[in-house]
Amino acid sequence: MEYEVVIGLETHAELATVAKLFCGCSTKFGVEPNTQVCPVCLGMPGVLPVMNKKAFEYSLKAAVALNCEINKFTNFDRKSYYYPDLPKNYQISQNYYNLGIDGYMNMSVNGTIKKVRIHNVHLEEEAGKLIHPEETGADYSLVDFNRAGVPLLEIVSYPDMRNVDEVDSYMQTLRKILLYTEVSDCKMQEGSLRFEASISLRKKGSDKLGNRVEIKNLNSMKSVIKAIEYEAVRQSELLDKGEAIDRETRLWDEVNEKSQRMRSKEESQDYRYFPEPDLLPVLIDDKWLDAIKVSIPELPLERKQRFIEKFKLSDYDAGVLTEEKVLADFFDACVNLLDRPKAFCNWITNDLLREVKDRKLDINSLLIKPKQLASLVELIEKGTISSTIAKEVFSEMVQTGNDPQKIIEGKGLAQISDEGLIETVIDKVIAGNPNVIEDYKKGKKNALAFLVGQVMKETKGKANPKIVNDLLREKVGI
Amino acid sequence: MKIERKNIEYIANLSRIELSDQEKEMFVHQLSDILSYIEKLNKLNTDNIKPMAYSLNTTNVFREDKLGQPISRDDAMFNAPSKMGVFFKVPKVIE
Amino acid sequence: MSLLRHTALQIKEKIISREIQATKLVGQVFEWIKYIEPKIQAFITLNEKGALEKAAEIDKKIENRQKVGLLAGIPIAVKDNICTKSLNTTCASKILQNFIPPYDAFVVNRLKEEDAIIIGKTNLDEFAMGSSTENSGYKITRNPWNQNCVPGGSSGGSAAAVAANFAFLALGSDTGGSVRQPAALCGVVGVKPTYGRVSRYGLIAFGSSLDQIGTFTRDVKDAALLLHAIAGYDSYDSTSTQVSVPEYSDGIEGGTGGLRIGIPKEYFAEGLNTEVRDAVKSALKIYERLGAKFVELSLPHTEYAVAVYYIIANAEASSNLARYDGVKYGYRTGESRGIIDMYCRTRSEGFGNEVKRRIMLGNYALSSGYYDAYYLKASKVRTLIKSDFDAAFEKVDCIICPTSPVPAFKIGERANNPLEMYLSDIYTIPANLAGIPGISIPCGFSKAGLPIGMQILTRHFEEKKMLQIAYAFERETDFHLKKPVLKGSTV
Repeated sequence: MEYEVVIGLETHAELATVAKLFCGCSTKFGVEPNTQVCPVCLGMPGVLPVMNKKAFEYSLKAAVALNCEINKFTNFDRKSYYYPDLPKNYQISQNYYNLGIDGYMNMSVNGTIKKVRIHNVHLEEEAGKLIHPEETGADYSLVDFNRAGVPLLEIVSYPDMRNVDEVDSYMQTLRKILLYTEVSDCKMQEGSLRFEASISLRKKGSDKLGNRVEIKNLNSMKSVIKAIEYEAVRQSELLDKGEAIDRETRLWDEVNEKSQRMRSKEESQDYRYFPEPDLLPVLIDDKWLDAIKVSIPELPLERKQRFIEKFKLSDYDAGVLTEEKVLADFFDACVNLLDRPKAFCNWITNDLLREVKDRKLDINSLLIKPKQLASLVELIEKGTISSTIAKEVFSEMVQTGNDPQKIIEGKGLAQISDEGLIETVIDKVIAGNPNVIEDYKKGKKNALAFLVGQVMKETKGKANPKIVNDLLREKVGI
Repeated sequence: MKIERKNIEYIANLSRIELSDQEKEMFVHQLSDILSYIEKLNKLNTDNIKPMAYSLNTTNVFREDKLGQPISRDDAMFNAPSKMGVFFKVPKVIE
Repeated sequence: MSLLRHTALQIKEKIISREIQATKLVGQVFEWIKYIEPKIQAFITLNEKGALEKAAEIDKKIENRQKVGLLAGIPIAVKDNICTKSLNTTCASKILQNFIPPYDAFVVNRLKEEDAIIIGKTNLDEFAMGSSTENSGYKITRNPWNQNCVPGGSSGGSAAAVAANFAFLALGSDTGGSVRQPAALCGVVGVKPTYGRVSRYGLIAFGSSLDQIGTFTRDVKDAALLLHAIAGYDSYDSTSTQVSVPEYSDGIEGGTGGLRIGIPKEYFAEGLNTEVRDAVKSALKIYERLGAKFVELSLPHTEYAVAVYYIIANAEASSNLARYDGVKYGYRTGESRGIIDMYCRTRSEGFGNEVKRRIMLGNYALSSGYYDAYYLKASKVRTLIKSDFDAAFEKVDCIICPTSPVPAFKIGERANNPLEMYLSDIYTIPANLAGIPGISIPCGFSKAGLPIGMQILTRHFEEKKMLQIAYAFERETDFHLKKPVLKGSTV
């Protein structure tokens, strides 16, 4: 039987605030356990939450960037379930009046634009961290509440995806939007961006949705893809055998690459949502919303389109440039200084990214500045340095953040354009290679290239290649 | 509203409260009594009434995104019934 | 007259004028407590050492002519559901036995800043769930006027402490009448402020949209003093308001000329004890003499208030009490098989029956399939109850009615019938649902010699007017001056 796979994603992104959602504790990652806590985030008796304004505005920003309708009246609800990493045993979340509803996100899948609808965007609090000891037979778990109360944005898509390419694009595009709007650092390895998938199968052509299976514990985008592929096969095999699909939650086992039914009883799913009486509602007026709208930068897909149309970049190059906001910003800054988009694109997508990769640099704290790259391109055009030397200068710029002029002067890398000087070297090379001259005269055209190479070698690459070429041809006599 | 034993068991589980048979029996009766008293609300037509979830008309109460003073780990864990090193300790949690 | 029978204002005057040292006073207070407390059982924790230290600090300040706070040297008792840093706070529940908060409630902080002396933490119905203080996980508090009777509840310990001259002032909390009803039953003054007037930060939550910290005092002027000290905005409580706090004592003697008093007929209907009815009716005559006008009015949805209250308060409580799970603080069961078993045993062993009953009721009202029929329905009827008051206050300046339908009842009398117990809050609950302030003042005694209280309700944030109206009555009467005779009493 042929099936269609129907996929929806729930995304959790920790917001990039300094303090937690309801108290003044730090959101910093990776500190000593249970040191970023206070009575509020520990859920001590008697404490009350007070909403972090920036977290709320970040959520609004994300909801607007995802084309959501913003609820003018929004409030918070308690979602009740027992888990030891949830200090109050209820999570302050949103249910009845999510701040953003009915949005969509456009994404590019294999070159075509696809729209995925967003069911809602809402703000909630993060739970703490549960540690399961490695030792076998351990009958305990440990709790660290540092993360408890960090602001968490939840983005729920409609089940609009049909294959893993779409899922991949959804995750990449959403990540980029969250980074572009600067609401989250989206570090998957630190858990600040997480996905949960829900998958159901239906007969090709049918519009009746099958029973939905949710998959949790997906630690990377790769896991999401693998888990969906696995789950699609598992479900289709069951359906082929005439068995029913249980509506359930499964956990992805990264090591064995398969999903397993959650052992804990999910009796509840009876979350008993009701309005959180400790937080008052939020009314969002047009003035506030307009200010949020203005704060949203050009988003990746639009930006890519602009790079292609305005600068005539290839789809691929524009894609690489807009992959990271810092790169696209860098490119835009360069082009604003000097109208050489193609050159800048090459420098950034090839050389800069190679340096970043080889030297394991943090793309967000690069030493090289757009103005310096623009100077470098100018220096090449003026003939001050050759493009070969430029590569060396560039590498130095990336490592030190120094201006290209300073590097060129310091290392004496300026190009030699003095014909007299070059002629002396050429004479020396001709004298030292009579056989090659013979070959050339017999018609071996690539012998000339060898001679040019020798001249460049003698001048440590600094001779102006055009002058070398011209002079050589003259000397050897064409 | 007639409360049955299975309702009591369902709610007790949601409430994470363990009840003896005798207690279940007691709660069946008491909650039934209370709920039948509450039934009187159904005499009222509330179709066009907005629910009141808050006691104040105030809205948009926020704090700034600023760091406050955390408490020390010793203070945070002082009342913990069970701990191990720098962690709160609980019986094994099976996911 | 013994020092301990003074009002807070009088005793503060004596301390500031160095007529008596705070340390001496505290010594007398604890001597009296040790003598009488076994009969009353008002306290869960006494803070003798802390109180003496604070008293010495105040004496020193006064000696050095340093500035002292509004409540300088006044011994005060605090209900044990209000967090006190480094001092046990149990909520009268075994589940919080040995719990020592790492922080002070906003109001406790205010008391400390104003130089009050906290003498101890008072008994209550576990998690403030009750109307008799019989539901404490530790002890039953007795009414100082008759030790076979309840002091009311849930702030029974605080009311009894003020009535028994253990403390000059006390704090309580009022979710459905838990300050006003025990104040009435113990013959003291009890104020429940407007919702949002006093920060709830550090008050262990029961029904978050209803809870409000209130005061117990010997007279109305003391209430004005204490309320002024604890009211005001707190950035740690989103529901605390920025409405400015007036000087409540200013103009308190202003009288009641031209006052329009609303008399709601539903509050004088069936179920009201005749002695209570007569006492309140006589009290109204005094207002009449003072020039007030009466307006008969109806608050038609009053009969639904108890039902609405028991859904909303318990729905909120079921989630507020979910945090007591044996993980972070408080009691944990001994042996358990896994986490869920640990939760269930801990909570079953840690909570008393009334608390369990309410958690179950609350969870039921919120559970899948019942939310609309219970929680949502109740929230809508709550709107109607509030509208009743809004309409009434268009016509009148205040509403006067009984605080409790009966005087103090016998210990054990209502313990086995939860519903009947719930109905004893019938006159106090509506104010919590509407968020308006209320005060209970002594207005008479039953034939058996038990105090009777009268309730005055005003519009939101009109505590000042409310206190003024209460004082006008108090000035004309001496019910508030009568004291229970405690056996072996030397007072």
